[in-house]
Amino acid sequence: MINNLTSILDFQAQALSLRSERQRLLASNIANADTPGYKSRDMDFAKALRDATGQQGGGTSLSMSRPSGVAAGRLDTTQSGHIRIGGATSDTSLLYSTASQPNLDNNSVDMDRERASFADNAVKYEATLGFINGGVKTMLDAIKGTS
Amino acid sequence: MSMLNIFNVSGSAISAQSKRLNVVASNLANADTVAGPDGSAYKAKQVNFQTQFMGADGGPGSAGVSVSSITENQAAGRRVLDPKNPSADADGYVTYSNVNAIEEMVNMISASRSYQNNVEVMNTAKSLLLKTLQMGN
Repeated sequence: MINNLTSILDFQAQALSLRSERQRLLASNIANADTPGYKSRDMDFAKALRDATGQQGGGTSLSMSRPSGVAAGRLDTTQSGHIRIGGATSDTSLLYSTASQPNLDNNSVDMDRERASFADNAVKYEATLGFINGGVKTMLDAIKGTS
Repeated sequence: MSMLNIFNVSGSAISAQSKRLNVVASNLANADTVAGPDGSAYKAKQVNFQTQFMGADGGPGSAGVSVSSITENQAAGRRVLDPKNPSADADGYVTYSNVNAIEEMVNMISASRSYQNNVEVMNTAKSLLLKTLQMGN
């Protein structure tokens, strides 16, 4: 019984954790706006959420598209001079942004887009928090029986 | 709480940008320095940034910034003919530092904008985390 009650929150919990994950990615991009050779990263949020929740999504089909200006792909080190991007573990679920205006120092961070995505993600994070709070409140009201 | 890492990421960026500002300040302060008795004037310095992965997994999720090195501009200093100057060499030329004040001002504005950006990122992350802590209220 209590499982049925809390299962409503599972989807939102996954969404919240993915939102915080994306917030961290965007913060890294903004932090590295002046680092030569840094490649901007982003995630396909709809796909990540579908993978995390096993396509359930509370019966709704997610039709969000990949964020504009973000291309799928992986950078391979094929020559000795290539710099390996992604640290020790290369996460293949992350995408690389395509620079709208290429820089001479090979940095692909587009500050306008990153700031817009950051604000957008912050608002959606708060929205998810609101959904969770609403769900909790609904359940507490049901338990207490107050109207 | 992966969002707590934002403070490390943006904090490292703020620290790197403030080092850059510090170097710009040194360069501007020494813009009119003349060469000493050894004949070498102040050389403009520049910081070099480098990505530093700081997550627990070392993955691309938390990419901070660190200052990898500070390099000196090796270009020759400005030489001005001024035989009456006590610092003039045998030919009557005074060697000034090779600081380009315009370049330094541009560098300063860029550094201060990046600094502000990262402070705003930290403020947003802080308010989101505070709201997360009050979840269920």
